[in-house]
This record gives sequence, C-alpha cells and structure tokens, in this order.
Amino acid sequence: MTPFTTLTAIAAPIDEPNVDTNQLCPTRFNKVPRGPAYARVLFHDRRFNADGSEKEHLLNVAPFNRAQIIVADRNWGSGSSRESAVYALYEFGIRCVIASSFGDIHANNCYKNGLLPVVLSDAACAALRKQLREHPGSTISVDLAAQTVIDPQGNPHRFDIHSVRKKCLLEGLDDIARTVQYRDQLEAHEVVYRDERPWLYTKNI
Amino acid sequence: MPLTLFEKIWQRHVVVEEEGELLLHVDRALFHEGSSHAFAKLEQQGRSIARPQQVFAFNDHYVPTTGRDKGVNGIANAEIRNMVIQLQTNATKHGITLFGIDDPRQGILHIVPPEQGITQPGLLICGADSHTATHGAFGCLAFGIGASDMMHVMATQTIWQRSQKTLRINVNGSLGFGVSAKDVILAIIAKIGVAGGTGHVIEYAGSTFRTMSMEGRMTVCNMSIEAGARAGMIAPDETTYAYMQGRPYAPKGAAWDAAMMLWKQLPTDAGACFDREVSMNAADIAPMVTWGTNPEQGGPVTGAVPNPRDIEDEIAAQEAASAIEYQGLTPGMALTDIKVDKVFIGSCTNSRIEDIRAAAEVAKLGRAVIPAWVVPGSQLVKRQAEREGLDKILIAANFEWRDPGCSLCTAINGDQLQPGERCASTSNRNFKGRQGTGGRTHLVSPAMAVAAALKGRLTDVRELMKGA
Repeated sequence: MTPFTTLTAIAAPIDEPNVDTNQLCPTRFNKVPRGPAYARVLFHDRRFNADGSEKEHLLNVAPFNRAQIIVADRNWGSGSSRESAVYALYEFGIRCVIASSFGDIHANNCYKNGLLPVVLSDAACAALRKQLREHPGSTISVDLAAQTVIDPQGNPHRFDIHSVRKKCLLEGLDDIARTVQYRDQLEAHEVVYRDERPWLYTKNI
Repeated sequence: MPLTLFEKIWQRHVVVEEEGELLLHVDRALFHEGSSHAFAKLEQQGRSIARPQQVFAFNDHYVPTTGRDKGVNGIANAEIRNMVIQLQTNATKHGITLFGIDDPRQGILHIVPPEQGITQPGLLICGADSHTATHGAFGCLAFGIGASDMMHVMATQTIWQRSQKTLRINVNGSLGFGVSAKDVILAIIAKIGVAGGTGHVIEYAGSTFRTMSMEGRMTVCNMSIEAGARAGMIAPDETTYAYMQGRPYAPKGAAWDAAMMLWKQLPTDAGACFDREVSMNAADIAPMVTWGTNPEQGGPVTGAVPNPRDIEDEIAAQEAASAIEYQGLTPGMALTDIKVDKVFIGSCTNSRIEDIRAAAEVAKLGRAVIPAWVVPGSQLVKRQAEREGLDKILIAANFEWRDPGCSLCTAINGDQLQPGERCASTSNRNFKGRQGTGGRTHLVSPAMAVAAALKGRLTDVRELMKGA
C-alpha cells in the first residue's frame, strides 16, 4: 500500500448527501480488473453518455478534473461493500475524501487502499465546499501526522483518526503483516473454540 | 456485568487487542463472483486460504435467471460467463465449498447458508456483500466487507475491527392486516434515516420480532445496511431452533444439545446497556413504498410524494428535489397514482418461501397487467414453492417464474431495467441506476409488488385484499 503522509491538492466540492457506492462505481464495472481503466468509472453514469461522450459534470472540467481531494456532505459511500468504488476514486487521482460521515464499509475500504477518509463537522464541510465553489482550483492541505486539514483560507481543522489506522496509512502497512505476528495466539484461540463447537468443523457436504 | 447479544459474540471472538483494534476470529466467510478482486489480491501476494473448510462460495450475482438447463454455457455474454467460471475455478483451486450454478442447492449467498444450517447462532460471519447482515436474524454477528478485508479473512481467518456502538430498536405489538416484515424495516429506515445506524450494530427487539418467522427476521436484518449499520441481529429463540433443526450443517444428536447450551446463553442480559435505543409501535406501520432514490425516502402507501419546499433542511430538500426529478414524479402526487412498468419479486431481501407464498396469495386476486418476475432466492425455495403449487398460481396470473439468483436487484447478470423504466421491486436499494442505467425503483413488500403488478400502478394491497 502506498503511504499517505501529507497532501496539498485541488479539492472538488460535491454538494450531495448519501452518495452511494453505486454512483461511485456502477455495478456493471465491478468485474473490471483493478487498473487505470477505473479512472473513467468514477461517477461514470453521471459523467458519460451511453456513447461515451462527456456529460456536464464537475469532475469532467478543469480545474476539478485534476482534483485529488473531494469535499462531500454526510454519509459518503453508503450502500454496497464494493471496493471498486475506492478503485474508481483512487485511479481518478483522489487520495482524500472529507465528509461529515461515511458509510462504514466504504471508509474501511478507503483505509485499506491508502485513501484517507476525513470526518469534519457538517458546518465545516459546508464552509469548505463554499470556499471551493467561490474559488475553483484552490487547494486544501492535509497533514495526517498532525491530523489537520488546512482550508483554502488558511484555517486549520483538526480531525480524529484511530491510532492504528493512522499508523498503517503513514507507513503504508497492510494488515496481514500485523496479523501474522499473532499466529500463536490465533492457534491457541482456535483450539479452545473448536473444542467448544466441534460440529462447526465436520466435513463439508 | 450484564451484556448484550452483540457483546457476548464479539468478546468470544477476540484473539488479541492492539491499541483498541481487535483481531477477531471469523467462523464463516461467504463470497460470490464479485470476490474476484479478493482472489486477485490473494494470488498477487502468493497467499493461500487459511481455513478452506470455513469458506463458502456462491454463484448468484452473475447467473442468468432463464435457460439454466444449458448451465454455464447458456450464458451468452462472455464477460458474465467468465465471472461464473472464474469463481468455480477459484473454488476448486483453493479447495472451498462452492454452491455452483448447477448445484441443486444453488442460490443467493444470504439465502443458502441459513437453509443449509451454515448460519448458526453465536457465529461471526463475514461476507463479500453488504447484505451479509441478513444472517444476524439467527443471533450471530454478520457483516459485509470489501475485497482487501476479505483477502485478509481468506489468508488468516481473522479480521481487525474497532469496537462498534450498539443500537436497540424495539418494536412492539402485532402488525396490521397486509403489513409485513419488509414494511417494518422500511418504516424503521424512514424513521432513523439511511445513516441512522452508522457506526452501530443494531439489535431488533420486542414482541413484533419475537412473533416473526425466521424469513421475516432475515428480511429485517438484511436491510440493516440501508440504515447505515453494518450488522443487525435478533436474539435466537425457539423459532430459531425450530428452523435450524435437521438442516444439513446444523449440529445433530449430542452436538445439538451442546449447541443449545451455548445458544441459550446468547440473548441480551436484563439490564444490559445500549448506546442508543429507538422504539416504535407495530400498529403504526402501514404498507410502505419508497418514492426517492435512497431507502429513507419513503412512507406509507397512503401518502404522497413530498414537496421539497416543505423540507426544512436545505441539503435534504435539494436531495429530495433531485430524487423526484430522477424518478420522474411530481411533488404532492399520491403514491398510488404512480404507474409502474415492471415488477420484480426477488433478491436476498424478499425471495424466501414466505415471500413467494405472500405473492401467490395476492396473485390469486387478478392478473398482472405489466411484466412481472418472480425470482426465487434458491433452488430449494423454488422447489418448495412448486411443491405447494405457488408457481402455477403465479404463472396463471401472468407472472414469470424464473430461476434463482440476484437478478434485477443488482442488475449485472443481464437482467436490467431500460432507461426511464419504473419498477416496483422487493429488493433493498432504490439508488439511481441500481436496477439498470436510468432505471427507477420503488421498494415494496412482495404483497405490495403483486398488487402493483395487478393494477399497473402502486397500490395499497389492503384495498385489493379487502375487496376479495
């Protein structure tokens, strides 16, 4: 996983609550193997007509087509568990989404792919989006170690993140590397557990 | 200290804790063709499946719902066919149990494990699908995860989790005439919102759930994710045990008695604390229908499409206006004035035997005047319905009786709406384009879906049944 440390980049405002993962990646694209093709998948049915021509959409036009940060509203990434929604964001170039809340599964999928989900208050998100609309192309700075977002006007906004998630993102660690060091504990757990519920391990039918 | 059902299961599965993140032991992992990304990652890292015996795969998302006698070769689209084949290849290669396209037990990954007794109280189940919450109906902790987490489960049979908050939703009393489990969960979502359960595990409690069948409980838990919660659960009781007895993977003989000892300790202790509680009366719940493009945008069928101007919150008003425009509706119009083009009865929410029975009961009252599909959730459901003659009733009423799969709920097997087409659907998501690009969805119960098919518009099934 590519680490996430600091980022100063153009941010795109998306004034819409409850953006579900079907919007981020329409289901028919789930079968596409991970790769650069996902850049076009992001918001595909809102950005492109059936013939492939572009529709009017914020992310299709400069400067927002170069955005690496999205400032959203509440409940970003609700719905399906598809990780392809994160692949679409990532391949488009997005490395950080700021919202007042996230779909739980989507937020987890972001962490596991080096994309930082930042939770700020509804009011802070609304104020950020207003600044970005009024000054298109202005940048936001994110410092994960300091847990701070600096808005285009220079105001700092502190955010919370779980210490383990922070460490994994900063160092680009994946979970399996952490897990294998607990192999003995897992095996000890399994021995007791299997003894308690032997019927769970009878031969499959 | 008194504990909740969730806390008891959670604690029993902790292997270690690291700075407040917990490594949990996973009992069962479930996946489908869409798990191709997890397999790709596994292979990329040169890893194998740690506990193949605890992993189950299902051909459901990409299987066709007609022409199944031709098996996998009957799938005309090469990309779709390849998804089905790829899962079979991966299952064989990694030695995991597959409920494949030709299996007489084939069906949706949230329908088959309960039927087979793979789903049991007290287990921790991870699925490569957000509707994994369905299994919580048995008093287990079940939730959906993405490809990276699934790859971790495959490689280690564990998952890292941060602790969750608990939300108890109490519903008491008897459901009214024509009101079903689907209406209960749609009413809950309309009340608490699509983010109402975010960060929480829901326990559904109260007499309404105690008297509900397992099928109904699964419908309720299934849509926990539509309320933002990753998991929903209901304490096991005599209804649960009666459903489980004799299922192929359920414990037998002395093992059954040992299991019962464990299961009976699971229900939430008196005095246990929840982070939040919400209460509703069953008597206040009417047949529900969604008008918008997320599951909270709905209400009783007797209501109307709202006027965004009446919505105080500016963002919610904009969202309603956008939904109404997408759905091609007019603010203030009666929900029963909405004409529909198609009806879909199926999905992991509503494709169990009880749903088919409810559909057939209403279908006896007339004939579908628009294309109407019934897609059973599994081959077992299909055969049971055929034994009961429900297929004949539905076919006689001009419904199409199809083969099991996810079909028009997720619309990736080739079954899909055309742009602008409007569907009364028993599925779980009314997102823009969910049932096909430009398609419009109204979520309803099976009985309400049949009523819509008979009238060609959204209809209060109670009116239809009263006239019978």
